[in-house]
Amino acid sequence: MAEPLLQVERLAKRFGGIIASDDLTLSVAPGELHAVIGPNGAGKTTLIAQLTGQLPPDSGRIYFAGGDITALPMYRRSMLGLARSFQITSLFLDLSVLDNVALAVQAHAGHSFRFWTDARSEPELRTPARAALARVGLSAREDRRAAALSHGEHRQLELAMALAGKPRMLLLDEPMAGLGPEESARMVTTLQALKREFTILLVEHDMEAVFALADRITVLVYGRVIATGAPADIRANQAVRDAYLGEQEAVHG
Amino acid sequence: MSRSLTPRTVAIVLMVAALALLPLYAKLSGNIFLLTLFTRILILALAAVSLNLILGYGGMMSFGHAVYLGIGGYAVGMLAHEGIYSGFAQWPVALAASALFALVIGALSLRTRGVYFIMITLAFAQMAYYVLSGIARYGGDDGLTIYKRSQFFPPLNLSDKMQFYYVCLALLYAAIYLVWRIVNSRFGMVVQGVRSNELRMRAIGIPTYRYKLVCFVIAGTLCGLSGALLANHTDFISPATMYWTRSGDLIVMVVLGGMASSFGPLFGAVALLVLEEVLSGITEYWQIILGPLLLLVVLFARGGIDGLLGSLSRGKEAGHG
Repeated sequence: MAEPLLQVERLAKRFGGIIASDDLTLSVAPGELHAVIGPNGAGKTTLIAQLTGQLPPDSGRIYFAGGDITALPMYRRSMLGLARSFQITSLFLDLSVLDNVALAVQAHAGHSFRFWTDARSEPELRTPARAALARVGLSAREDRRAAALSHGEHRQLELAMALAGKPRMLLLDEPMAGLGPEESARMVTTLQALKREFTILLVEHDMEAVFALADRITVLVYGRVIATGAPADIRANQAVRDAYLGEQEAVHG
Repeated sequence: MSRSLTPRTVAIVLMVAALALLPLYAKLSGNIFLLTLFTRILILALAAVSLNLILGYGGMMSFGHAVYLGIGGYAVGMLAHEGIYSGFAQWPVALAASALFALVIGALSLRTRGVYFIMITLAFAQMAYYVLSGIARYGGDDGLTIYKRSQFFPPLNLSDKMQFYYVCLALLYAAIYLVWRIVNSRFGMVVQGVRSNELRMRAIGIPTYRYKLVCFVIAGTLCGLSGALLANHTDFISPATMYWTRSGDLIVMVVLGGMASSFGPLFGAVALLVLEEVLSGITEYWQIILGPLLLLVVLFARGGIDGLLGSLSRGKEAGHG
């Protein structure tokens, strides 16, 4: 196997008595779509927060593209090419859709201590932003205020912003959260097109989407990895069925 | 967007024209008080424009912005007291002192947010107020009379009321233009992004703190210029210039005029100070009338005067369509 792009080693994080990450080890190869699943409270979002630098781990190390990024602040990780979309939609709601994406482009186009030129007329920012909007199918909405979009469109905008920074890896935190079946299907199609180009770590509740998209799956329960492998292996894994899938099938059955 | 004749553009054009012609009217009618009042309005509007940069565009609720009025003013007053009257010395010192002070306040306060940020900016301003109240050499509590206005090359003479008015007007328009350029630049987009969602800003790879700090320093420096003008206008500077109620007045101007709009602070300053003047002529309890008026603006016209003009503009466009 090639050198992993993202390597997480023995990560631990606790909040008081709650263990959110417990000796968590995981690696993502370049080009892979790696899904992380687990029941509510398994520590999926805490994992993402530690990967992006929003939360410092108590112990353990994180390597990205060969370098140790455990102690790097959020914006430095982003500059290295680790892009994140938020579970709870986190946008610049009072700016236009295009401005949102253009800001993400700007963040990767050198420093922003430029005080005089009109940023909205710089093709250097606007062209890549429009391209990213086109990829997620939001071109028609570029002049709207972000607040005026639907929930599904917000998720697409999130994705466009993550793409705009020309990332080496996407961290997607529940991109299907709150989407209707139709919107979900569209998101799966978009991700399918993206997965050939980007290495993706996907945290998702929607099992159908996960099994349709993932090359490999890691299952978390109480912050601990109980299984990792190809989708077929995970489906067959007894521990996973007991901890997670079985429970859901029972509900469905 | 079409540049049609919307109520907003009409209001701005009228305001710009009226302010340009006001000294002529004052001279013809012999109403010199009007000129004095509006000079003061222009100067405080400049301070409000600078506050709007951090409050309106940057979402930084500084409750100590008047401190730069005091620092700019004291720079002029202290140098004059020591016999240095040249504006080429006084004004750069006023700007540099304000910038430096903003750098210190900003460096400490911008690490906090919300109520803490408000309290720290307020605390710094009050600290400066008490320090200057205690310096006997420069008049302490009683303040400092400035016997000679800043000297520039002839024929520019700031003691000439009409000339001074136009200097203030030119500097105000220059400041409005400067802020407009800044907020639409890459830097300004970052500042507005921080107001909107700072966490997301950092997630897309922007170290927000340094941008906020630079923005804070620009606003402080600009307000220091306003302070230098104010000291020249009143020929006097005292700690009261930077008292916290003055910071409150500046916030009211920005909110009343319309946050994050280019001409909003000017509208706000004119509206507040003219109302204050008119109402205080009617009754000494004028604040009883002004208070509810402000309340109405906050409740029913969120975007302030500029927002009101904006919605009139949209209504008109809809009517035509």
